[in-house]
Amino acid sequence: MTQTVGPTSEPEASSATQAKDVAPAAALGVGTSDVRALLTRNLRTSGIYIAFVVVVALFAILTGGTSLSPGNITNIVLQYSYILILAIGMVIVIIAGHIDLSVGSVVAVTGAVSAVLVIRQDQPWWVGVLAALATGLLIGAWHGFWVAYVGIPAFIVTLAGMLLFRGLTLQVLDNVSLSPFTSEYSKIASGFLNGLLGGNGFDAFTLLVFGVAVAAYAVSQYRTRIARVRYGQTVPSFPLFVAQIVIVAAVVMAFAYQLATARGLPIVLIILAALIMVYGVVTKRTVFGRQVYAIGGNLAAATLSGVKVKAVNFWIFVNMGFLAAVAGVVFSSRSNGAQPGAGNSFELDAIAAAFIGGAAVTGGVGTVVGAMVGGLLVGVMSNGMQLMGVDQSIQSMVKGMVLLLAVAFDVYNKRRAGSAR
Amino acid sequence: MADHILEMRSITKTFPGVKALSDVTLAVSRGEVHAICGENGAGKSTLMKVLSGVYPAGEYEGEIVFDGQVCSFSGIRDSEHAGIVIIHQELALVPYLSIAENIFLGSEKRGRFGLIDWNLANAEAGKLLREVGLDESPTTPVGTLGVGKQQLVEIAKALSKDVKLLILDEPTAALNDTDSAHLLGLIRGLKDRGITSIIISHKLNEIDAIADHTTIIRDGQTVETLDMADPTVDVDRIIRLMVGRALDSYYPERESHPGEEVLRVEDWTVKHPSQDRLVVDHASFDVRAGEVVGIAGLMGAGRTELAMSVFGRSYGTYVDGRVFMYGKEVKARNVAEAIDAGIAYATEDRKKYGLNLIDDIARNNSAAALDKLSTRGFVDANEEAKAAEEGRRSMNIKAPTVKSIVGKLSGGNQQKVVLSKWLLTDPDVLILDEPTRGIDVGAKYEIYTIINKLVAAGKAVVVISSELPELLGICDRVYTLSAGRITGQMPVAEATQERLMTLMTQEKELVG
Repeated sequence: MTQTVGPTSEPEASSATQAKDVAPAAALGVGTSDVRALLTRNLRTSGIYIAFVVVVALFAILTGGTSLSPGNITNIVLQYSYILILAIGMVIVIIAGHIDLSVGSVVAVTGAVSAVLVIRQDQPWWVGVLAALATGLLIGAWHGFWVAYVGIPAFIVTLAGMLLFRGLTLQVLDNVSLSPFTSEYSKIASGFLNGLLGGNGFDAFTLLVFGVAVAAYAVSQYRTRIARVRYGQTVPSFPLFVAQIVIVAAVVMAFAYQLATARGLPIVLIILAALIMVYGVVTKRTVFGRQVYAIGGNLAAATLSGVKVKAVNFWIFVNMGFLAAVAGVVFSSRSNGAQPGAGNSFELDAIAAAFIGGAAVTGGVGTVVGAMVGGLLVGVMSNGMQLMGVDQSIQSMVKGMVLLLAVAFDVYNKRRAGSAR
Repeated sequence: MADHILEMRSITKTFPGVKALSDVTLAVSRGEVHAICGENGAGKSTLMKVLSGVYPAGEYEGEIVFDGQVCSFSGIRDSEHAGIVIIHQELALVPYLSIAENIFLGSEKRGRFGLIDWNLANAEAGKLLREVGLDESPTTPVGTLGVGKQQLVEIAKALSKDVKLLILDEPTAALNDTDSAHLLGLIRGLKDRGITSIIISHKLNEIDAIADHTTIIRDGQTVETLDMADPTVDVDRIIRLMVGRALDSYYPERESHPGEEVLRVEDWTVKHPSQDRLVVDHASFDVRAGEVVGIAGLMGAGRTELAMSVFGRSYGTYVDGRVFMYGKEVKARNVAEAIDAGIAYATEDRKKYGLNLIDDIARNNSAAALDKLSTRGFVDANEEAKAAEEGRRSMNIKAPTVKSIVGKLSGGNQQKVVLSKWLLTDPDVLILDEPTRGIDVGAKYEIYTIINKLVAAGKAVVVISSELPELLGICDRVYTLSAGRITGQMPVAEATQERLMTLMTQEKELVG
């Protein structure tokens, strides 16, 4: 503001007083925020965590604690891992403003390719895995080509893909189921790492792995905090910061203890955790992730900011194809074979997980962690209702209502935010 | 007094924070062609929206008397029922439906059992088409017709509703000369049949040729209604009345020291993306370091199209022309290449094209310069926040933190985020498209101050604006653009609002 001021300085003066009205803490650059502010500001994202806690508690009470028993928790992880893997890719697709209806069929065809190689042609397990992943990448490139470079809406492209790859599955399998896999292959989804360090009624190795993970989490959070303070940014107050870490550590270690007293550390959980971490970083920290949000938030603005929209859209679908193949491997391993009808309606579960987890129908909003919690929420609910012996028909209706209400909440939130503008 | 078909008395319409119309009075005689003139944003469209019920009775003050009755329309249906039909600049036809289907959309010809009687509809449509002189079958899909013929379909549609007062908003803006001439002839024909027309137009020669009276609106107020039969009334007088605004906004002073040439555009020619017409026609301009150059043009002159197509060909189909930066030709075929070449373009409609409204200031700020804030594909969130913090401070963006959601900021602060975003790309030339549209006076002053700081730092700035006082207040040099052509340029010392407006409304035949 060192420029010569014109005939009057009135506008300048009025703007200076306006600036004073703004929160003084923010003007200083460094400040702290309290819990309530965190929660209310992010109601859209925090709502899902609250809902998750409520659902877990509700079913723990309704089932008399069975739902939280070691065996059952292990079961939930094994049963929903492939949906969660799909949901990671799906939430990225949805953030960019697209949809993918084909993932169920892709799960089937990739599992079928793997089964033909391993079961019918006696190849080693890793040949099957690599072939499945390659198939997934090719299918993703196929979808990406039509969506990004030809400009056909993803809804149509992937609806066509859903039919196309279901048919291809039947072709590959000659209309029959293949089973069983070799024991190495089936370990991917039903194997456990345990007994490596022994233990007294529980698996010490599992606890050690989780302990190291929690420590790494605490250290990385602390380093991020230090860096943010050095840059003069707002950080939560120190007690709040510690409380956050303690709560996360307690929940994770309780979960680990339950696993340890059951069968140990499921291999598929390691795969899932690695994917969640990698994609958490991809969406939050990379240029690519940023461009995905930009495209979904305002396509025109992203284009005019130099984002290569076509390339980004293409890679989003390649990635979805890859993750669908990972899910295909896990699912074929878990079901110990390949069936023509495998993966039916998985796409709907993955889409539901993303939306329940806070992704916006219009694009631009959503997180990987949110989608995971959304998927687990559905998982815990279905599992709890199964334990209670609720009829399949009721289960389906409850799931439908939860999805509807979750998106209604999102739309309501957006409208409220819009009118406040 | 003459027989007035329409009188609008003391119309005042306020939007939150802005008085769009203030005590406007309009009297239209029965059976005349009445023109309304004014700069962009003068309030012409708002006035027509009040008249046609888009802004229902109760949302404005004042009185509308139509055909001798006080009216309070609560929607377009009411005004159409009374015999007022408005044809907007953006035609409201369904491209996949036939001419007849479009004409009777919403007032379908019903036969027995409430079913549509297509024979009757097509026959009536054929009759209407003959009246407007359109030689097409009523079953032709509207989308296959050119803009000129679509315009005639709109008029046929209006005639089907027993129109008494026809309002045409910029009817010839998208038409070529032949189609324009035909349309004007048709309006004359309607007048002979007793239909009154209100025509909003920037093409003053057309108004001169067709209107009986012309009302000039400026800054939401009626300036004067001229009788076009009066020999003292001519285009120059209309221009004087349109622009005669006092220079009441203040502009920060600046010393001008233009340096070497930064950007030069030669013979830039661009075709409309879907229609076969030139939107930008051999336009050439240049801008120097430390210089603010204005491009003055009315709506539809091709200002935004010129800027966007230069900025990585993000509009229309490139036909011809070359872009030079510091005397060296650059071929920026996409936005990323344009940014790399040192060009930045801040869009006209910041909400639609400039910002991701659901995201925060920091991420919007870095959207065009992520490569500068990242290493090996990873965004450095701390550097990003630091850059945003610097932007917030230097632009004086009023927001609690850089994590504030951009959609919740005021227009002026959003515009500052846009400027900060483009400065982060470290451009040599900034093209600012209507940088102060829709923001209050105080924020405007701040934007001008920022522009001055930029040129003081050696940047070249191009400002596109239809507000002539603004251009005269901040520019060193001004180009005028009309129908895609550069019709003149002058140093600001020689420019007056009248001179610029004359060039801005100059049509093809009159150019050199």
